[in-house]
Amino acid sequence: MLAAHKLMLNSSLRCKGSCYLASRAMAGTAQSQTSALGKLDNVEEMLTGGGNVPVADNVEYAISRVDDLVNWARKGSLWPMTFGLACCAVEMMHAAASRYDMERFGMVFRASPRQSDVMIVAGTLTNKMAPALRKVYDQMPEPRWVVSMGSCANGGGYYHYSYAIVRGCDRIVPVDIYVPGCPPTAEALLYGLIQLQKKIKSNKGLLLRLRK
Amino acid sequence: MLLSISENIIKILPIVRFELYNEEEAVFLTPTNSIVNVMQVLKNHFNYRFKVLTCVSGVDYPENLYRFQVVYDLLSIHYNGRVRIKILTDELTPVHSIQKVFPAAGWWESEIFDMYGIFFLNHSSLTRLLTDYGFQGYPLRKDFPLSGYTEARYNVTKNRVVYENVELAQEYRTFEFISPWEVFNKK
Repeated sequence: MLAAHKLMLNSSLRCKGSCYLASRAMAGTAQSQTSALGKLDNVEEMLTGGGNVPVADNVEYAISRVDDLVNWARKGSLWPMTFGLACCAVEMMHAAASRYDMERFGMVFRASPRQSDVMIVAGTLTNKMAPALRKVYDQMPEPRWVVSMGSCANGGGYYHYSYAIVRGCDRIVPVDIYVPGCPPTAEALLYGLIQLQKKIKSNKGLLLRLRK
Repeated sequence: MLLSISENIIKILPIVRFELYNEEEAVFLTPTNSIVNVMQVLKNHFNYRFKVLTCVSGVDYPENLYRFQVVYDLLSIHYNGRVRIKILTDELTPVHSIQKVFPAAGWWESEIFDMYGIFFLNHSSLTRLLTDYGFQGYPLRKDFPLSGYTEARYNVTKNRVVYENVELAQEYRTFEFISPWEVFNKK
């Protein structure tokens, strides 16, 4: 809940930053603080846009709004691939269970890589598991993201000097967010996922392609 | 109770050496080639009935002539007793599998083969159990380096996970855990 509130606050601050729709944003801020699930807040972000991209003309403005719409849709339905490897997986389950409840951010655990957007590598990645991890990653449809959870997945951690361990899962797959901890709490994982949402929100793919 | 059973075992089985720890842990050393018969008797003899094989493990003593030991832990539920049977071997001496007597031994013997390279005769499937497919070397031998010889990495051009020689960014460090505060307190 705290994290969700933080997200709201951030978005409202950004709304204030863009003076173009300032009055609308101010009105939206008042609403979003009363809504617990932040649904209205997301609409507001969609209208006002995240990030401070200076826009040159009306075409760029329109394209960046399309970008925002796409980003909003992507970050609002991040479906994680269940890839629990060790004790971190238990914390991942906690993040999904009723206390932290990832589902209110639109994150639903999927058992199939073909239906998921983000892979949470939760635990020690062994040499024997590495080809399987890569295969699962390759099966995920694009766009896809990877969250590395815990010391072992980040850089080998406790088993860094072992003969059987991949020293960081970024040797196998490209990682977007590293969540530190051994294991990270459910809160920390949730914070990492919200950071990932922020990262997705700042994506300007269409705008950059237009400028090219 | 345990002592009388142990005496009995020593009388009828080819026991090379007997050790007793803490007055409750009986350890028997038997010749390597007689392990199947010893197990057969201990399991089925009316006076012992060691029906449960709790564990099979391997030990490496590099300084010994026969560097490996295989240790079998047996439990007799009927008489409420435990014994431990040891045999000696080395890299070249194969050990007879006791899978025919205790089917449960199969996994453990595979594991010992995987970790120490001890070869078991008449084993139904002596394959590597824990380590990676195509792994070279025996990790629990004392002369095996902690970090091994290879490490895995995804190769973008080859489009698969490849193995390369180990290259550590920082060497393995050992720490001294003597606290300066404890020394200070003693003065």
